[in-house]
Amino acid sequence: MPGPSVAQGEGLRSGEVEIYNSLMTTPIDQLIIFDDVSKFYGEILGVNRVNLNIAPGITSLVGPNGAGKSTLMNLMTGLLYPTKGKITLLGIPTDKPDTLFRKVGYCTQFDSFPRGVTGREFVTSFLLVHGYTRKEANQLTDLALERVNLVEAGNRKVAAYSKGMRQRIRLAQSIAHQPVVLILDEPLNGLDPMVRAETIALFRKLASEGLHLIISSHILHEVDMMSDRVVLINNGYIVAEGDIHGVRDEMQEHPMQILIRCDNPSKLAAQVFAQDHVVEARLHDDRGGLFVKTRDADRFYLLLNKVVSSGEVNIESVAPVDDDMSAVYQYLIGTTGGSV
Amino acid sequence: MSATAESIEAMNANMSSSWSLWLRQIAAILRMEVEKNFLGRRAILIYLITFLPLFPLLILAVFTPPGNEWRDFQKYSIIYSVLYNGLILRTVVFFGCAWIFMNLFRGEIVDRSLHYYFLSAVRREVLVVGKYLSGLITSVILFTSLTVVAMLLLYLPHFWSQSIRFFLDGHGMGQLLSYAGITMLACLGYGAFFLVVGLFVRNPIIPALLLYGWEWLNFLLPPLLKKVSVIHYLNSLVPVPVSEGPFAVVADPTPAWIAIPSLLIVTAIVLVLSAYRIRHMEIRYGSD
Repeated sequence: MPGPSVAQGEGLRSGEVEIYNSLMTTPIDQLIIFDDVSKFYGEILGVNRVNLNIAPGITSLVGPNGAGKSTLMNLMTGLLYPTKGKITLLGIPTDKPDTLFRKVGYCTQFDSFPRGVTGREFVTSFLLVHGYTRKEANQLTDLALERVNLVEAGNRKVAAYSKGMRQRIRLAQSIAHQPVVLILDEPLNGLDPMVRAETIALFRKLASEGLHLIISSHILHEVDMMSDRVVLINNGYIVAEGDIHGVRDEMQEHPMQILIRCDNPSKLAAQVFAQDHVVEARLHDDRGGLFVKTRDADRFYLLLNKVVSSGEVNIESVAPVDDDMSAVYQYLIGTTGGSV
Repeated sequence: MSATAESIEAMNANMSSSWSLWLRQIAAILRMEVEKNFLGRRAILIYLITFLPLFPLLILAVFTPPGNEWRDFQKYSIIYSVLYNGLILRTVVFFGCAWIFMNLFRGEIVDRSLHYYFLSAVRREVLVVGKYLSGLITSVILFTSLTVVAMLLLYLPHFWSQSIRFFLDGHGMGQLLSYAGITMLACLGYGAFFLVVGLFVRNPIIPALLLYGWEWLNFLLPPLLKKVSVIHYLNSLVPVPVSEGPFAVVADPTPAWIAIPSLLIVTAIVLVLSAYRIRHMEIRYGSD
């Protein structure tokens, strides 16, 4: 199921139109563009025929292990080169690290560090390699350590850090030069729930400041919480892309499930069964609600409005039950994804 | 981030001049790498290799072995030349450079930390220059010191006053500087070779041993093939030539004005090759 692309404006559904419009109005030098990108490791497929346009905001790459998420991120940052196709970040090709990494930061999944360094030295030394003076590097290091709550631990050796601290110091290193695009490969791995929540809040703050955040994750409810849009990838292919609800709307082969809490679910069931777009209506176990599967959610909501205005049934709540990342993931990829 | 946006912009604006930026970046890489070369875990082997020739010289300083040649001051220049050629140049400098320069990139691939450099806003060619210079500084400091200390340790304990005159008024100082210069050139040439080997070959020990064999068998090679080696040019510069034995194929030494530029040109070519390789290198630790 290909997602919306800049070249294909027509025939889009409501959820996609917004994204399409935002892509069309975003200048090329603010987009991350994959133009027919393939990567093969010898005869093994990494990713194949990827066409993506990513606008500012939080974009999550979602897929099972080995799907190609890290390959996509490594391609984006020039750690890998595409076998075919072209990638540009904000108009900069990935083979120009001296220009690219003024604007891009990448926190990889490699949990390794130069030997013997403290957290502070680790961040400062690579800022010096960027070309900052010692004074500037120290300033930027202080800011970065503050952002990830590692000011006090900054002078300790990285080798003595916990997994969560190592994750955070790598995050500090990737944001220290204040990039416009931040790419994070499984950034929440190893973090305890409290730090997870703080880190997600930090991501949201960075995104609100206009940054591109590309995050890979297999923790679906966190993807739901923080993403503006998702890219689902499986076996090296992009399965879907867009905002989660837009992607869900597109999946007509999977009727939308809605739970209606009301005082008379049997009567409601009788009314909705008459509709051709309703494929299933089932009473909730507690008999205080009705599950409905419909192929056209918009028409179903119009029907509900009529039912409410007629006064025959008192409706307490209406909620889609498979309009989240987990359901989309399950439908498209066929497993239930990961959990914390 | 917005509060500091202006100062960040100002910092980035300071980076407009390429040459000053590159020099700052090379200095930063040098600092990190030289510290690693001298104080890192891998440095232990380098110190062992470097101090290896000093142990027999210390023993010689205390106990003079029997034999007339050890009591003849004139013979010491030949003794040192043999020691320099066989032990210092062909063994210590060779394997020391192999260890230092191969580890510049290969060591980081093994440690899975090379990507931090690749994710910095630095041209990969600048990275090659910075890393190569760090290896050069390390090897030159260690092996030139060894060359000088070894020579002084051979001469001074046995013939103190003669040696002082030899170094201050005679040919001693000239010879000492020549040997030190040859050591530096060896670091330059072997360093570039091992840098590129570390980049192209997953197990660099095999090409290192092949080159070691080639360099040792140099005395048997016909004159034309002798020139396809580093040791031939270095031997041409030695102030006190020594016989290579009855089976050696004799060839005219290459004059210094050809030998030195040749080594420098070959080094430059090899560095360009390294830069090309690094520019197209991918980070795939799993397959390395």
